Amino acid sequence: MSKNKADANDDSRRDFMMKVSLGLGGLAAVAVSVPVVGALIAPLLEAKPELWRSVGSPDEFPVGTTKLVTFENADPKTWAGTTARTAAWVRHEEDNKFTVFSVNCTHLGCPVRWEKDAELFMCPCHGGVYYKDGSVAAGPPPIPLPQYAVRVEQGQVQVGTAPIPITNFGDNSTV
Amino acid sequence: MKILRSIWHWIDDRTGLSETIGPLARHLVPPGAKWAYVFGSGTLFCFILQVVTGVGLSLLYQPSSEGAYESLKFITDQAAFGRVLRGIHFFGASGMIILVGIHMIRVYITASYKYPREMSWISGVFLLFLTIIMGFTGQLLRWDSNGVWSSVVAAENLGRIPLVGTTLARLLIGGDTIGAQSLSRFFSFHVFLFPALIFMFVGFHLYLVFRNGISEPPKAGRPVDPKTYRKWYDDMLKREGVPFWPDAAWRDTMFGALVILAIVGLAVMIGPPALTQPPDPSIVNTSPAPDWYMLPIFALFALMPPQIESFVIFVGPIVAVLSLLALPFVSGKGERSPIRRPWAVFGVVCVVIFVGSLLVVGEIEPWSPRFKTKPLAQFVHYASPKLQRGTVLFYKKGCQYCHQIKGYGGLKGPNLSAIGRTWTANQLAVRIVNGGGEMPAYGGILTKTELADLVFFLQMQK
Repeated sequence: MSKNKADANDDSRRDFMMKVSLGLGGLAAVAVSVPVVGALIAPLLEAKPELWRSVGSPDEFPVGTTKLVTFENADPKTWAGTTARTAAWVRHEEDNKFTVFSVNCTHLGCPVRWEKDAELFMCPCHGGVYYKDGSVAAGPPPIPLPQYAVRVEQGQVQVGTAPIPITNFGDNSTV
Repeated sequence: MKILRSIWHWIDDRTGLSETIGPLARHLVPPGAKWAYVFGSGTLFCFILQVVTGVGLSLLYQPSSEGAYESLKFITDQAAFGRVLRGIHFFGASGMIILVGIHMIRVYITASYKYPREMSWISGVFLLFLTIIMGFTGQLLRWDSNGVWSSVVAAENLGRIPLVGTTLARLLIGGDTIGAQSLSRFFSFHVFLFPALIFMFVGFHLYLVFRNGISEPPKAGRPVDPKTYRKWYDDMLKREGVPFWPDAAWRDTMFGALVILAIVGLAVMIGPPALTQPPDPSIVNTSPAPDWYMLPIFALFALMPPQIESFVIFVGPIVAVLSLLALPFVSGKGERSPIRRPWAVFGVVCVVIFVGSLLVVGEIEPWSPRFKTKPLAQFVHYASPKLQRGTVLFYKKGCQYCHQIKGYGGLKGPNLSAIGRTWTANQLAVRIVNGGGEMPAYGGILTKTELADLVFFLQMQK
């Protein structure tokens, strides 16, 4: 009788220890996962400063022209090298009124180039075409070319850094 | 010799190597498992080749956004055998993708995914997608302008997923823009994460071969019945099975060796794909195009109607994965012979033709403006100044990027070499001013004289 009871005690004790060990194992796994998953999602957790980058004085952009400018992203790391650069198309509409277009085609992000004589932006990947105001002229792009913030300060045209524009699911529905 | 033998006996006794591996190597396989069965192991040989050459490349590679491109140039142009090493890794990837495709087609045509091998198919589906992911991430690691823009394109694809799209896109490129964190991520994915998953799934895939045996060559009129199949299969093996090693394994070994020799040969003769421009996102005069195995998808994006595009990008992969995973549950028993499954064979032929056509058209890229086309005025001269002005405008205004005349120009729009025969001046002018379909409206771009010159020039194309 007492022996049976001891067995039963052993059983419940083993059962308990098994549960404790599984729980501790799970805890250890979670403890390790947190920093690893943290490394994976780190780019989402970073503060995203928006900076104004000077790209030249207004007279470098004759009225009615569209010109490529290059500026450095916000907060580049030292090992980014040339990848820290972003390009944009600056259009001088009229007296000190500028529009700055993203180079990223809204179809799949390839770099559009400005064809000066044709006055069109053209994408090499799938043939997207935009007019000089960034609106879609032909091809698969679902929405116009996105624009960067722009201002003229201290005698300089300044462009606001921004994320690469990402076209979303619903952006097509209006087409 | 005697000493070596006693050393081996000691090792074998303490480790039990031949006791464990011997029966596995000699497990019985159906006697008809011949050359049709070498593609799975061929894929595995390619994978091992990729691991080995990948380790070699990692000795020379600089996994940072700043240094990767320079180290690629170093590997290609300076490092001893670096060019061949890169070449083997490239053709090895191509070989792995081709063989995984042939293996999958063989398994589907002979319906080897039916009872009891459903899990072999399912793990195979995961391996297929892991292989494609490895191909894509590997191409990014070249980190030339193609690599940079391919990662932007991938991010844009992820961006079409509802609700979480932008977040996933940012996660992929490691931030708001391409930058320091981008390449580290692709390196980690390509070198650690996905290879580890492939090892895992390959181990499972092989374990299942021992668990369920490889499928016997199908015979019309001998359907799979889950109630009796296992017993029938075991009896058949006992009756007429042959040991895998050496009776069947020599074919796998020979095929694998020939594949690898062919890959090395191609690497020596053709070499790795050339690097494009440096990884500078501000260089916009670049025409990104993926490696050949991604071209069908690239072509699909260009050809499908833009209205359904977001939907296809998001739903397409889900439907593809789910229907592949569902296959062994939808048709898990019954006839396996392709003669009794004509629609299955027909489906395979259709898919192969579809993907093959996309590959060919992706190579031609008719939808892309031909920025490099030479001005028509260099080849065609007119005495009439008006006509000559039109010729110049045809190139200058971008017409020639998309339209061909006399063999010069792009393929996106119709060939205009004989447009003057069927279109009147008025029709031409209306079309140029208003655009339409895939053509921009030039109304706000051309002056009246320019329009007249251009129309006159086109009218003369007969």
